[in-house]
Amino acid sequence: MEHIRTTKVEQVKLLDRFSTSNKSLTGTLYLTATHLLFIDSHQKETWILHHHIALVEKLALTTSGCPLVIQCKNFRIVHFIVPRERDCHDIYNSLLQLSKQAKYEDLYAFSYNPKQNDSERLRGWQLVDLTEEYKRMGLPNSNWQLSDANRDYKICETYPRELYVPRIASKPIIVGSSKFRSKGRFPVLSYYHQNKEAAICRCSQPLSGFSARCLEDEHLLQAISKANPANRYMYVMDTRPRHRMQSWWATQKDIGRIILNAMANRAAGKGYENEDNYSNIRFQFVGIENIHVMRSSLQKLLEVSGSRGLSVSDFYSGLEGAGWLRHIKAVTDAAIFLAKAIMVENASVLVHCSDGWDRTSQVCSLGSLLLDPYYRTIRGFMVLIEKDWISFGHKYSDRCGHLDGDPKEVSPVFTQFLECVWHLTEQFPQAFEFNEAFLLQIHEHIHSCQFGNFIGNCQKEREELKLKEKTYSLWPFLLHDQKKYFNPLYSSTSQKLAVLEPNTVSFNFKFWRNMYHQFDRTLHPRQSVFNIIMNMNEQNKQLQKDVKDLESQIKQHKNKQTDGVLTKELLNSVRPESPALKTSLCLKEQTLLPVKDALRTVEGSSPADNRYSEYADEFSKAEPAVVSSEYGVARMTC
Amino acid sequence: MEFSELIRTGQAQAELLRGPEMPPLRGTLCVTGHHLLLSPGPQATPDLWLLLLRSVDSIEKRVAGDAGTITLRCKDLRVLQLDIEGVEATLDIARSIEALSSLESVITSFPFFYRPKGLRLGESWHFHPPERYYKRVARETRAWRLSEANEDFSLCPSYPRAVIVPRTVDDDALARSARFRQGGRFPVLSYYHAPSGTVLLRSSQPLTGPQKRRCAEDEELLQAVLAGARPGARGFIVDTRSAQAAKQARMTGGGTEAKSAYPGWKRLHRPLEREGACILVHGAEGTDSTLLVTSLAQLILDPLSRTMAGFQELIEREWIQAGHPFQLRCAHSAFSHTRPKHEAPIFLLFLDCVWQLGRQFPLSLEFGEGMLLALFDHSYASPFGTFLCNSEKERCLCEVRTRTHSLWSGLNQPKEQRKLRNPLYAPNPLAIWPSVEPQSLRLWQGLFLRWTHPPEPSEVAWEKVWQIATDQEKTEGSQPTDSASEPQP
Repeated sequence: MEHIRTTKVEQVKLLDRFSTSNKSLTGTLYLTATHLLFIDSHQKETWILHHHIALVEKLALTTSGCPLVIQCKNFRIVHFIVPRERDCHDIYNSLLQLSKQAKYEDLYAFSYNPKQNDSERLRGWQLVDLTEEYKRMGLPNSNWQLSDANRDYKICETYPRELYVPRIASKPIIVGSSKFRSKGRFPVLSYYHQNKEAAICRCSQPLSGFSARCLEDEHLLQAISKANPANRYMYVMDTRPRHRMQSWWATQKDIGRIILNAMANRAAGKGYENEDNYSNIRFQFVGIENIHVMRSSLQKLLEVSGSRGLSVSDFYSGLEGAGWLRHIKAVTDAAIFLAKAIMVENASVLVHCSDGWDRTSQVCSLGSLLLDPYYRTIRGFMVLIEKDWISFGHKYSDRCGHLDGDPKEVSPVFTQFLECVWHLTEQFPQAFEFNEAFLLQIHEHIHSCQFGNFIGNCQKEREELKLKEKTYSLWPFLLHDQKKYFNPLYSSTSQKLAVLEPNTVSFNFKFWRNMYHQFDRTLHPRQSVFNIIMNMNEQNKQLQKDVKDLESQIKQHKNKQTDGVLTKELLNSVRPESPALKTSLCLKEQTLLPVKDALRTVEGSSPADNRYSEYADEFSKAEPAVVSSEYGVARMTC
Repeated sequence: MEFSELIRTGQAQAELLRGPEMPPLRGTLCVTGHHLLLSPGPQATPDLWLLLLRSVDSIEKRVAGDAGTITLRCKDLRVLQLDIEGVEATLDIARSIEALSSLESVITSFPFFYRPKGLRLGESWHFHPPERYYKRVARETRAWRLSEANEDFSLCPSYPRAVIVPRTVDDDALARSARFRQGGRFPVLSYYHAPSGTVLLRSSQPLTGPQKRRCAEDEELLQAVLAGARPGARGFIVDTRSAQAAKQARMTGGGTEAKSAYPGWKRLHRPLEREGACILVHGAEGTDSTLLVTSLAQLILDPLSRTMAGFQELIEREWIQAGHPFQLRCAHSAFSHTRPKHEAPIFLLFLDCVWQLGRQFPLSLEFGEGMLLALFDHSYASPFGTFLCNSEKERCLCEVRTRTHSLWSGLNQPKEQRKLRNPLYAPNPLAIWPSVEPQSLRLWQGLFLRWTHPPEPSEVAWEKVWQIATDQEKTEGSQPTDSASEPQP
């Protein structure tokens, strides 16, 4: 730990950035190899993982000490005042070093040890199995097959080994097409809709400077189109804004024409046909901006929402100016277009952007989520992320800035996807098995580098890093805690919610306070409907189970002996022992008592000590702690 | 006056469009004295569609060929379109609606004719008089008395007959103080905060004027307030206007309390941080933002006002009896072409604030969004008499209490409860301090987008919340023997 010079500083003040009365907590700051830890005088712990630190600033010395401001990737901002400048300087320097790692092997995941043995670890990695997922979609079938072309990452380094392509597309066609597409990312299947026999496919843009045709690429598109017997046309969806593509658009159209010409020619077996016959590829542009626009948009958003003493009108004009919600809407609109093409027109869709790993991942995954209720379950959502993001080479390490690298590669593309999903959960409160906490927890871990899932930029790199041997998968840990992530209102059987048709009028897009202010406790509702409902639901289930158990016990006893007195005794003896009954009784009593404030400040990145652990405790106890801890406000009564 | 004079046509064939997601209705359209009716014919399932004409905010007519279209924009923000056969019929119906929806007379309004089954006249009217609140205060302290100095509304026409004032101040002093305050609204008790023994008072602005007039009795009254609280108590005068506006008011005869004349009281033009002090709130007239502030403060501080009964009492006491001029303020709503100066959505602003509070403390209010929506609807157009007139005095003159039904008796019927109550309510004995950062405030979609935005997914979800909550009560209450058969004897 050559970077750590000071491990402990006392009498440090932690300021609340939204408190009007400049309140602060005094405590001790500890620096460990992985975390920065602040323990206040009430023994409340605030853990900050070094990997979460996006920016450390040392401000000018004040009378009370030296201010140290830390901005985190999970949108936490802490403002410490360190009494002595020397200590502040030491910590500042250490954090600068510790928050930026030069190589993968120094990331937390390689040292994180949740005390599991090798087979448990391996089983964890096998939890999400994409081979199974393609099987679930009904693949392979008569039109689609598994291609072994990329088995050794020879054709495309950033694609996974297993790829589904039209059965009629031969290996030379695939190889040819991949040479024509940026980074070799040729058109492959992302999602197959069994009922409609239509597919969502993805690729990168055709190589720039292209003037000639690529017969193989044309072939491949034709094959995709033909693999859908229900429709004779397909869509090619370019997710980039049209204005940036003006010149490119012309070429694209030409390509289209050439391809169509070619296809029509071949189909008819004779010379050039008139243009009416070329209508079986339709181009669609949806204006999603690039990673640089998105990065600065989020930056603006955070600047606005982070300012103190913000007026309502400044907030809304700032929100408008940042453009963030406009981008969220653009991504959602694109996904809706995709879903509609499949549901209404039975058409297959090929989605691409530039490289086909940012906007393409957003649109393909969100579109599948609208179409398929499976992806709205806890397990299904993991599969979706594993498929459209991890395996298809969304560059997590670059986009999240895991290593000290090019800051221009960092962009909140995945955060944006999570926010789109959150907006859907808001519009369809019953359509998702998981809740907001699940999304926040995943967001926490794309940056935490505590698990291997999001380390690296593509599957090939992950294999080279031997992540499955050296690190753990996040999914089994989330699944283990899934009680925390259940949406109590989820209705898995509702036919109405099979395919989601969100409404994207502007007022449906709102600032995601629980994401961007998740650690600014004073801004949030003090009581949570969600928690209480979750508790009630759980208690109901428990009570019903108890009733059933007791009934069957009574029956058993009645069969054994006809003595009624004994049965009554049995009842009396069983009932007080039933924990659920007991706690539900005290629910009513205890809510009347003011309970001491419980600050939600303990966060680390381990699922064991994350910010939702409190809920879990409350949960397991089935006590009204939910209600009472939310009464935190009690502190401030007159 | 006969309504028939204003009704120009008997009936017409029409189609009604009620917005997205709602199927159109076809049938016979008919205008009566208080309602617009559409009868879809005998075989249709919803056999009658009814609209209170009073709830029409603006009306627009268009004719083309031999048919016409009337667009009705309602005070509850609903927009309805009627496609009517016949140009004459369209124009006649439009004129009838125009005339009937803008009738000024209170005693010919629908509440005086509304006689629903199951409700008795006079019920619930004596549910929330000031006497009732005084009893609550008197249990805690002897520093206050119920004065009937305003028995004949001569001191203050916008106050109720009885008000709560410091025990040591006699009725003559009240009369003098009344003359010193705009509209006679002398300082009266709004809320007694038992935990700290401090009080919330409200009044209108003092008439200091450019000459900086003073009134000894008014000063004594405020002095008596501090004397009645704990020793050494301090007071704050919260002026809801900006310092600039308050200063300007002096030119027109109004003004603010001079510092020297009211020792122990400090004037503020901004929100107050938490202190155990007595508060007097006023703006100019003391019938709008003043009531907004005092009633919201009570919701935050007083757990009782967050119950269904307590909230009704709060509205009755702090809005209706305190003289918020509902008839003037709620004469029109957002769609009206004419905008009289005295009209303003102050009560809606209050309801929105309560909604924000309810969102931040979803378990602490016994009533739900449905209650707030109902209050909004009824304050603008209602078959009940509760929101009629501008003051108690006017209500007495119109005999509202004896000749109309109270909204509270309507709302407190068991069948309404599922719509109005919050299934998750758990009494919370503490003050509920909301966050007022812009990030914490939301658009009240349930109200502003009620008719334009398909509310279905959230409504179904709300239904599920109810179901879970009721299941909870059921399973909790049930005995294991309930479902199992009785033990054999």
